[in-house]
Amino acid sequence: MDHLSNYQLDILKEIGNIGSGNAATALSKLLNQKVDMKVPSVRVVGFDDMMDMVGGPDELIVSVFLRIQGEAPGSMFFVLSPSEAETFVKQVTGNSTFSLTEPPIEELGLSALQEVGNILAGSYLSALSDFTSINMQPSVPSLHMDMAGAVLIQGLIELSQESDYAIIIDTNIQELDNANKAINGHFFLLPDPESFVKIFEALGVREQ
Amino acid sequence: MINQVVKVGIADLKFTKSPEVLRTSGLGSCVGVVVYDLPLKLAGMAHVMLPDSTSSKRENLNLLKYADTAIEILVNDIVGLGARKFALKAKLAGGAQMFSFTSSNDMLRVGQRNVEAVLHMLDHYRIPIMAKDVGGSSGRTIEFSPETGLLKVKTVHLGETEI
Repeated sequence: MDHLSNYQLDILKEIGNIGSGNAATALSKLLNQKVDMKVPSVRVVGFDDMMDMVGGPDELIVSVFLRIQGEAPGSMFFVLSPSEAETFVKQVTGNSTFSLTEPPIEELGLSALQEVGNILAGSYLSALSDFTSINMQPSVPSLHMDMAGAVLIQGLIELSQESDYAIIIDTNIQELDNANKAINGHFFLLPDPESFVKIFEALGVREQ
Repeated sequence: MINQVVKVGIADLKFTKSPEVLRTSGLGSCVGVVVYDLPLKLAGMAHVMLPDSTSSKRENLNLLKYADTAIEILVNDIVGLGARKFALKAKLAGGAQMFSFTSSNDMLRVGQRNVEAVLHMLDHYRIPIMAKDVGGSSGRTIEFSPETGLLKVKTVHLGETEI
């Protein structure tokens, strides 16, 4: 699986496109704001490289994680920096004093954050599931704020048993608030190794 | 004086001598294991991801990824570098359960299984465990000084300790 053709890479990019396009629309409706989306990138990376993509293994991140169950299992993360997550919660709940770093952390804010993650990941997955006609069910999402290494490795456990590389479909959605401060959210889709065959087959592509 | 830091990546293994220190960052379910010969100020650190190499069907395994194979290499190589087997001691940290899904999937207990595998291997080599900080649900960054034999454990939510 370490060797993907350009054609296969393009297909995975398109998957990222469709999924995050749907998620961006959902977010835009939720916030009643314009949401931009960047062209997805598909990368085959080592575990250390993946940590560097979000600022290094001890970078503090906020992530909503869910396992994808069904015919093509995998892991999915929606990753934000703590300050971006705070901005997010402020917009959704209208609570302008919400803070993730100074306890007590407001439960409602955390719950809102988890729900936003849930909606975004759910809309990403349902688009993907429709496109491929593969049955995919998300697990209950879990919200974490901790070191990137500690959080992200959990999504790599399945595939790490057979591989030292992860294929990451990374999409970035960006929302500009009134002060033009950008919120960048990363979606990481990490299909388990055997799921790639399923995805390619469902789309009529044979592996060479 | 600022000590030179030798970084240990994921599924990686490094050795160093005082005054340099060994560091690995963002341990979740992974376990950081240090084996050292304090009088010689020589130490090695491994960052293991999975408990058991025999569960993989693949050839050309990355031996540093699994507790059983990584600790074998850690012990053999540090002795090769001049450490005395009778003087070897160990410390470890990590093995958290980051996510609390209720599932039959054994993989979700991987942190605990990593710790068990590491303890088993250290026992196999008769290396005494001087300290450990394992389990829980927090990520850890650890730093070991071969000079003092102390392991610094940093977490996001629970602050910093030295064991």
